[in-house]
Amino acid sequence: MAKAAILGLAIFLTAGVPQALFAQAGANSAAAQTADAQGQRLLLLEQRVADAKSSADNAWMLTSAALVLMMTGPGLALFYGGLVRKKNVLATMMQSFAMMAVITIVWAVLGYSLAFGPGTNFIGGFHHLFLHGVGAQPDPDYAATIPAQTFMIYQLMFAIITPALITGAFAERMKFSAMVLFMVLWSLLVYSPMAHMVWGKGGLLNASLGGRFPTLDFAGGTVVHVTSGVSALVCALYMGRRIGYPKVPMPPHSVVLSFIGACLLWVGWFGFNAGSALGSGTLATSAFVATHFGAAAAVIGWCAAEWWRNGKPSALGAISGAVAGLVAITPAAGFVGPMPALAIGLVAGVFCYFMVAKAKARFGYDDTLDAFGVHGAGGTIGALLTGVFASSAINPIFKDSRGAVSPSGMIEGNLHQLVNQFVGVLIAWALAIVGTLVILKIVDVVVGLRVTEDQEIQGLDLSQHGEEGYYWEVSA
Amino acid sequence: MTKIEAIIRTSKLDAVKDALHEIGIEGMTVLEVRGHGRQKGHTEFYRGQEYTVDLIPKTKLELVLSDQFVEKAVQAIMGAARTGKIGDGKVFLSKVDDVIRIRNEERGEGAL
Repeated sequence: MAKAAILGLAIFLTAGVPQALFAQAGANSAAAQTADAQGQRLLLLEQRVADAKSSADNAWMLTSAALVLMMTGPGLALFYGGLVRKKNVLATMMQSFAMMAVITIVWAVLGYSLAFGPGTNFIGGFHHLFLHGVGAQPDPDYAATIPAQTFMIYQLMFAIITPALITGAFAERMKFSAMVLFMVLWSLLVYSPMAHMVWGKGGLLNASLGGRFPTLDFAGGTVVHVTSGVSALVCALYMGRRIGYPKVPMPPHSVVLSFIGACLLWVGWFGFNAGSALGSGTLATSAFVATHFGAAAAVIGWCAAEWWRNGKPSALGAISGAVAGLVAITPAAGFVGPMPALAIGLVAGVFCYFMVAKAKARFGYDDTLDAFGVHGAGGTIGALLTGVFASSAINPIFKDSRGAVSPSGMIEGNLHQLVNQFVGVLIAWALAIVGTLVILKIVDVVVGLRVTEDQEIQGLDLSQHGEEGYYWEVSA
Repeated sequence: MTKIEAIIRTSKLDAVKDALHEIGIEGMTVLEVRGHGRQKGHTEFYRGQEYTVDLIPKTKLELVLSDQFVEKAVQAIMGAARTGKIGDGKVFLSKVDDVIRIRNEERGEGAL
């Protein structure tokens, strides 16, 4: 609409005014020259309009990239750091922070190319090795209005937070060296292939670029949360429990830190989900709203379940509920309206509460900070519910052969989408289980996964990093 | 009446508590303390600056018991707190003259 108005004004200015002025002259050659100039100015104007849109989109995407980085540090670092015992606070924060450095290098050298470069149905190739060909020119297959480099740095922030989420499962007992090696391999062998399958050109599950099983995953329900959550469970099972778990009580040493972290995660998630519109248009607004509503409803869901089961709604429960809701709304954010977002959040809040409070105790695995219970479970339920609630009115992603919009989710009549979502989730689970097991085995053989018993008792801050989060001084 | 002051490894607190519960001793006071005997400290680095930490975090238990329970309690503490390495801690015993329960001014062993 606005574009049409600007164009109309332009035509008036370039065509109407000069024609009125020179109508009396009536010289043929002058008229031809004028028409030529008109064409030039129109082209220039179109270019300017495109540049303006590009600037607006780029501004939002760079902001979003920064917001998503903020989710890892300090968001997740504080959230996880507060949940461990105080002798492990720095080591836990360091595991998240290390990802900000290590995965950046991995991504620049090879990760981006394997995820978004041209390749097979399962993984990209080496075309963008060392970021070759990733510059100011947009990649129209992914985002036509922002520089490819913006797209690359935005996707990097996802690649950083995903492995950082896994660290919650083996907190308080993994060697730092083993963690770094594990994450480098995991990023290349699990994250990049999964990102390629769902979002990459020609990926098996890609919904907009012709995948065989078009899975709707707006911002990474399968790519980020199912892969990290399921890998977390595998890590927890493979590495075993912390010394003393579950007999010795190991409550969070500072729910206050976790509280601040969770609030930063909530804010950062707007970059994560609304940014996944890859532009600053109406779809970003829709995803922003859905994200917020999903989080809010999940707080209510988790707290209600906790209030009913334990008699009190806890602060830790409220913030855990928010994260669970944000996880579950992630795949759905750009496909559903505000009311389905509330429904998804509410379901996720209650479901994740029972996964964390009941299922973990029932099976006895030591998923220290509930990476599986929140991200694995929340991501899975969110991805499936996306197939139920996805609306073509919000995001007309599917078109039939004549180009008309066809239904997105089950409620609109596309029952088959639920099958596709299931396939997507299944592949994410399978890749995470197999990939993580293989990598754990390799790392176990090469450097060993766990710290020694003495080191674990002393705490990872001292044994792995030689420092303490809370130094004790006698002097005043 | 005897006061037991036991300085133990912080990681052994739960085991010691359980061992005392098992022989029917419920009441105790627990303190976070710092100190050392023969155990060496460790070094920490902050931006290249080396710090020697020789006051090591330990946990101190204080219990006052009727004399007939003291030996059992000491055995329970030692059994649960021992690793055999330097730094396991010490147990101190001393006589207590009187005990007064603040709530009702009850005195002597009945107030324990």
